[in-house]
Amino acid sequence: MNFYRSHVLICGGTGCTSSKSVEIKEELERNLEQLELINEVQVVMTGCFGLCEAGPIIIVYPEGTFYSEVKVEDMKRIAEEHLLKGRIVKDLLYKEALVDDQVKSVDEVEFYSRQTRIALKNCGVIDPENIDEYIAKDGYQAIAKVLTEMTPEAVIEEIKASGLRGRGGAGFPTGLKWEFTAKATGDQKYVACNADEGDPGAFMDRSVLEGDPHSVIEAMAIAGYAIGASKGYVYVRAEYPIAVKRLKIAIDQAREYGLLGTNILDTGFGFDLDIRLGAGAFVCGEETALIESIEGKRGMPRPRPPFPAQKGIWGKPTLLNNVETYANITQIINNGAGWFASIGSEKSKGTKVFALGGKINNTGLVEIPMGTPLREVIYDIGGGIPDGKKFKAVQTGGPSGGCLTDEHLDTPITYDDLVALGSMMGSGGMIVMDEDNCMVDIARFFLDFTCDESCGKCTPCREGTKRMLELLDKITSGKGTLEDLDQLETLAYTIKDTALCGLGQTAPNPVLSTLEHFRDEYEAHVKNKKCPAGICQDLLEYYIIPDLCKGCTKCSRVCPQDCISGEVKQLHVINVEDCIKCGACLDACPFNAIIKQ
Amino acid sequence: MKSLEDLKKIREATLKNLQLRNQDESEQVRIVVGMGTCGISAGARPVLNAIVEELNKRNISGVSVVQTGCVGMCRLEPMFDLYKNGEKVTYVNMTPEKSREVVAEHVVNNHVVSGYTIGKTE
Repeated sequence: MNFYRSHVLICGGTGCTSSKSVEIKEELERNLEQLELINEVQVVMTGCFGLCEAGPIIIVYPEGTFYSEVKVEDMKRIAEEHLLKGRIVKDLLYKEALVDDQVKSVDEVEFYSRQTRIALKNCGVIDPENIDEYIAKDGYQAIAKVLTEMTPEAVIEEIKASGLRGRGGAGFPTGLKWEFTAKATGDQKYVACNADEGDPGAFMDRSVLEGDPHSVIEAMAIAGYAIGASKGYVYVRAEYPIAVKRLKIAIDQAREYGLLGTNILDTGFGFDLDIRLGAGAFVCGEETALIESIEGKRGMPRPRPPFPAQKGIWGKPTLLNNVETYANITQIINNGAGWFASIGSEKSKGTKVFALGGKINNTGLVEIPMGTPLREVIYDIGGGIPDGKKFKAVQTGGPSGGCLTDEHLDTPITYDDLVALGSMMGSGGMIVMDEDNCMVDIARFFLDFTCDESCGKCTPCREGTKRMLELLDKITSGKGTLEDLDQLETLAYTIKDTALCGLGQTAPNPVLSTLEHFRDEYEAHVKNKKCPAGICQDLLEYYIIPDLCKGCTKCSRVCPQDCISGEVKQLHVINVEDCIKCGACLDACPFNAIIKQ
Repeated sequence: MKSLEDLKKIREATLKNLQLRNQDESEQVRIVVGMGTCGISAGARPVLNAIVEELNKRNISGVSVVQTGCVGMCRLEPMFDLYKNGEKVTYVNMTPEKSREVVAEHVVNNHVVSGYTIGKTE
């Protein structure tokens, strides 16, 4: 094996790949070839580093130099200056990595220094397409320990003792789920992995599969041993091509090394995995719909009980966990349940990965100990709200969750604290909103999504969400009444109580939580026919502020309705009656004299 | 691969390579080679290659070899600083052969090769 003096890690997550990290890698290698450095410098494509906002990201070790937003044409300089001559290219550094002209390494950047990485331990550190690198990071040690030193019962006890709860959102105790499946009777049992991440704004499962696929494979094999299954399925949406590709490569490598298949590590235990591709339907994240889909049927939920632990895939006992849940398993086995239970809060152990998005400076993926206050995640790790705007709300738990306001910022992030406030952990999407977001519009956006994704099997979800959406459309277009608000609430509670599966039961949550915390905004839409945030087009009117207008005529020239009148160097006026609210005048005005209200 | 033993072998072989990415572990010894224009033209590249080769040949891990620019004493290039046990030793007027010797004596056996240090030359 070659000893390299320098390693260049390039982010190969979906975000950075779409901003050309593959081309960047090729260009860097071409330059290294030319400079005859290719045998001294190892270039590795890793999984997601997390700080997607600043992508594509490159980290150069051993210094840990952290370059962000690099372009293909920057590679020549990085190769010539940094790798050949040892001079750091300062203008390409991540903004926080250069303080008082002192270059900081990646570990010292606040975004990373406040995180605790368990599920993401190897993401952005190893080459996900190289099983040897995973093994070097203690990979497949846990399965070896389990197979040679532990009984299936002991494994389940260890998981129970760790306090791990399902990271897919509901937070059911993982060890208990394993125990139920282990105790169920059946000639064949299955282990399944839910990688059908569908929440708008959530991408932690994708990142784990892309950055560390072996950790999921190893954990599923451990689960197979614990519950007595010889076969597993990873259900992943086809919209995640990089994750699917890396998972395939990883499964092949594990088979080649004898870590999947028959007689693993000479212990007599056999386990193998298959991938099942989903078409990217939100409802297929529901465990029973996912199972139907694996069986080759249309992905629609079925009533529970019986639970999958009793009757799952092909009617056999099935253990179904989410990607992030599995990503914690090997480390619980390697480091002990006590170690894991020492991290986090009393009832929520370990860490949780969040996908930060929306109006926040550091969009990306963060992993924090449970119990960390929302404020720390949004301001210290997330870097706060861009452009000096005011924080308004944070939506946690995706479409199934709710919006929290600034009075909730000191809430510790745990399963129970979030539920108590009418939101939830969910898979971990965290969308931040500032003063420019209209909460009614946000509720409408999420409802539009769930309405679209409803499978149509049960009436409350199929018809109910549609009716709710109609009411929200009515409100945002200025035709709503106070009775509509009451009806919206009644409908929401009815759907919650009567829908067949989680999709329908949680679909009204964004509406209910915004109604609770931002009722004044709904009332402004209904009573005053105004959108306070200036988002709902139908409720806006465009005005020219007389003091600021210089009479430059730019606005009247772009107006498609010819509804702006005024002479050169004289005050202009918008005829509100004819205005179609296209906003062209606002964009054209050089003096910021036009406002919408 | 069929056994635990094989797993261990792969782990150890790859670990050495990965240590470079773990800053805490790689900091035991740090060799900083001057690679300014002066250093490169004086032959710093073969020196750096020799160090890397020697470390590799001897299967030594926990050493990071990094580059730096010119420190101002161009006439003494090629030169490098070797940090070990919190102590910094500067070697000057180096050649690939001398560098291999320094790896063997200083990194492995803990003896500073005083004849090549800046103190001797100045």
